[in-house]
Amino acid sequence: MTVAVRSIDRDGVTLVELEGEITSATSAALQQRILPLVGHGRTTIIDLSRVPYISSAGLRTLLLVHRQSLRKGCGVILTGLSEEVRFVMASTGFLKLFDVRGCSPSPGPWREER
Amino acid sequence: MTTAGLPARIDAYPTRRIAGYGVRPGRPLPFGATPVPGGINFSVHSGPATRAWLVLFAPGGREPLAELEFPQVFRVGGVFAMTVFGLDEENLEYGFRVDGPFDPARGDRFDATAVLTDPYARLISGRDVWGAPPDRDRPCPHRSRLVRDDFDWEDDAPPRIPDEDLIVYELHVRGFTRHPSAGVSAPGTYAGLREKIPYLKELGVNCVELMPVFEFDEHANPRSDPATGRPLCDYWGYSTVGFFAPKAGYAATGHLGMQADEFKTLVKELHAAGIEIVLDVVFNHTAEGNENGPVISFRGLDNATYYMLTPAGEYYNFSGTGNTVNCNHPVVRGFILDCLRHWVAEYHIDGFRFDLAAILDRAPDGTPLANPPLLEQLAHDPVLGHCKLIAEAWDAAGLYEVGTFPSYGRWAEWNGKYRDTVRRFLKGDAGTVGELATRVVGSPDLYTGRGTTASVNFVTAHDGFTLHDLVSYNDKHNEANGEGNADGANDNHSWNCGVEGPTEDPDILRLRMRQMKNAMAILLTSQGVPMLLAGDELARTQHGNNNTYCQDNELSWTDWTLRGTHAELHRFVRRLIAFRRAHPVLRRPCHPGAEVTWHGVRAGEPDWSESGRLLAVTRSSDDEQIYVAMNTHWEFHDLELPSPREGGVWHLVADTAAEHPDDIRVPGDEQPLTVPGRYRIAPRSTVILIARN
Repeated sequence: MTVAVRSIDRDGVTLVELEGEITSATSAALQQRILPLVGHGRTTIIDLSRVPYISSAGLRTLLLVHRQSLRKGCGVILTGLSEEVRFVMASTGFLKLFDVRGCSPSPGPWREER
Repeated sequence: MTTAGLPARIDAYPTRRIAGYGVRPGRPLPFGATPVPGGINFSVHSGPATRAWLVLFAPGGREPLAELEFPQVFRVGGVFAMTVFGLDEENLEYGFRVDGPFDPARGDRFDATAVLTDPYARLISGRDVWGAPPDRDRPCPHRSRLVRDDFDWEDDAPPRIPDEDLIVYELHVRGFTRHPSAGVSAPGTYAGLREKIPYLKELGVNCVELMPVFEFDEHANPRSDPATGRPLCDYWGYSTVGFFAPKAGYAATGHLGMQADEFKTLVKELHAAGIEIVLDVVFNHTAEGNENGPVISFRGLDNATYYMLTPAGEYYNFSGTGNTVNCNHPVVRGFILDCLRHWVAEYHIDGFRFDLAAILDRAPDGTPLANPPLLEQLAHDPVLGHCKLIAEAWDAAGLYEVGTFPSYGRWAEWNGKYRDTVRRFLKGDAGTVGELATRVVGSPDLYTGRGTTASVNFVTAHDGFTLHDLVSYNDKHNEANGEGNADGANDNHSWNCGVEGPTEDPDILRLRMRQMKNAMAILLTSQGVPMLLAGDELARTQHGNNNTYCQDNELSWTDWTLRGTHAELHRFVRRLIAFRRAHPVLRRPCHPGAEVTWHGVRAGEPDWSESGRLLAVTRSSDDEQIYVAMNTHWEFHDLELPSPREGGVWHLVADTAAEHPDDIRVPGDEQPLTVPGRYRIAPRSTVILIARN
């Protein structure tokens, strides 16, 4: 089980689209693939509209990515949160730790990350 | 740390395989399940056991994934310890199976057919969604789980509010926001309570005391409501299943196993709002009941150690619930200490209120100890050093220690005598003025040398009538509890003001409102630590039920529409709290000397007689002077006021007999008296004056 990662660089912004459930089973591999994409002097937008579920371990992985990016002086923005994911993140305090925007970026010519 | 992708520790490898899993000898400490490089360390103590197994489940899976017997060489003393590799800590449930003698006469009740809950389980699954029908045949109904302990507390700073400045608000996590009128996104949960923090701040309380939040089984009640046939539950949660695990059913995210993060977020935001959090903890008994109860954990691990047993091996029942935890046994002391340290270190809890705490000073045979090692240990523990420690200083077997609970300079007490005295005075009982005087200055008769903050003053608590019902019912009405109205306290010292229960009579309703204000005015001007029952500021009613432990319905839930219908009382209480917080003279931690003077109708002449029903007190400091007159007589009295300090003039702060909005003034808006030096106090009312220049 893996999370699909697609990315595109556009106007100085890296868009990263994730697809699949982010859990302890998938988060380690995800972290390895997503970390190289963030923090290169630009903002990273992570689109979660194809992520139906994020577990406790998954939220921690996203937070680590976010913090890593901040350490490099770059921002990470989350978009496309489903109502359920947003509710879980709000209830557990994670929502406040991220920069979350309402709308998803328009789909573009995604680059598959392997 | 890894080197070329390999774990850097040389003990991060299995030494043998059991049931398909790589394992190696574990570490006996810490107890419970702990992630270690490459695996999870499992440790459980059972001195008399002969064999033990670790039982692994997939989350929600009915049958075990595997059972791994602890090799005898993995045993250290009485502790079974094993590290298991290759487990996904997030997708794992576990328990222990333990074998040993079954010889009840000697105290041993091992049952190798049961899968036991880890007493140190950080999370427990099985009651993940409040009220969801349980699978009663599931092997190991309360399964242990692991939790990540890397919550991001950021700069969380416990408020460390001095005891004398506390204003405690006792609430039930579910009941506070479960009512549809609560207007929160996750009713009845930690997240829902978090949304009510602005309400708490506005009210002015600075400490919430949560009724039990350790994992319990809300379904553990065989009774039904005789009128409706509706099954009753364990709503209050005083029968603990797991002492280290926050109640999953109180979390909006409990079905995802994220209750720890949700609860910690609540604590963090309470702290950010300047509000402390005290947990009501129940170490006096467990959910295992007597010999007919379920085998959950302690009974199957080491019955004779964890429970107080008679010489014949039967359960002592000092708790009134079937069993009594053997709190002063060295092993149990260690367990309780580990548990409290866990809640302070991991959850940033600010204090604990110990249910039926008199049991905590009993010896294994039930004898009260003069120097109970558990209480001394908790008082001097370094991790608990800033904690509020509050005892409910009695138990269900008649041991009543209000004023005598071993305190070691640290313990405070729920002052049951304060409650009873104020209630008796309020209803107009004869012969209460003398004791009232003692109670409102911090009960020096009980707490000499300990100061006023040893006394947690309260008029109402979860156990008993709400404030509204205290002034609306002479008798309890607990029929809905299914015990023929035999449960709950009978000595309520309540008065219905003329009619039992609901009435449209405007005079009675006015009197009840005044009586509620009187109770709040006395409580919030008394020295000691005031505690309010949540919803009393809104005149919450339980329709005369004084023991709603089993009522998960409108009887128990806070009805937030009362904010509209009882805005007058809410405003009065909010302003009283602000008044208390503004005036240190009301909160002094030392018992008073000459700075307190007593009065009756005439200044300086208190009436201590049996027929006295009016008492006034002046508290003075270098900066402040406050006069409080409490009249429970059914007549008006023309009070002669004491002379205010030099340059001061008495101003009216509050008069519970005055019509709203003149019942209480905000600071700066206090009114000079029409006739200086005199005040006409109405029947059954309380008057507060302040000396201003």
